[in-house]
Amino acid sequence: MNFDKEFDASGLNCPLPIIKTKKSLTDMESGKVLKVIATDCGAVKDMQAFADQTGNKLLASTEEGGKYIFFMQKK
Amino acid sequence: MTTKKMAIIATKGTLDMAYPPFILASTAAALGYEVQIFFTFYGLQLLRKDLSNVMISPLANPAMPMPIPMPVMVQMLPGMESMATMMMKQKLKKHGVASLTELRDLCLEADVKFIACQMTVDLFEFDKSEFIENVEYGGATMFMGFAGDTDVCLFI
Repeated sequence: MNFDKEFDASGLNCPLPIIKTKKSLTDMESGKVLKVIATDCGAVKDMQAFADQTGNKLLASTEEGGKYIFFMQKK
Repeated sequence: MTTKKMAIIATKGTLDMAYPPFILASTAAALGYEVQIFFTFYGLQLLRKDLSNVMISPLANPAMPMPIPMPVMVQMLPGMESMATMMMKQKLKKHGVASLTELRDLCLEADVKFIACQMTVDLFEFDKSEFIENVEYGGATMFMGFAGDTDVCLFI
């Protein structure tokens, strides 16, 4: 999937992946896509909940070799 | 859409109990909430510039997971508190959990408002110069002005 910016949250635990995802989105334009890589398994549900509550769109959520990959489109 | 609000009353000053207010506040702020934390009694310790003295004690804390079972008589020996704190901090670091200072900074960066209970500051004769600068001093009435209108209100 194409993306405009990447943020690697590997090694970070709750709530840092979400807070830093929010920060990464701040300076992005509406419609742009942020790729987030995380190792915290709690991030899977948290990322969906973040999207639901903020209106940003979670385009995809997958797991590859123990890492969780998310594509978040800015509202 | 109106902004959601959350109010937290932080009353504890130990390492384990310091985490929930800062984690919930920083997360809620990331979700777009307007957040205020009212620090009262031992919670005021979390406003000190230097948080290195925030500790955890295994004493009277039977739920704390220990590497080996430890009788209460041993837990009360000098140095046990420092050791438990050191072990807890190592564990937090190993698991990628932010330090208290880092979480507190994230709260401030996200405009979480910190209110220190003026009565407790007087009661414990705390020196305000030992606290961080981004703190407002007030009382229960001032806090209720905000708390009365929130979506989430927690006592920790």
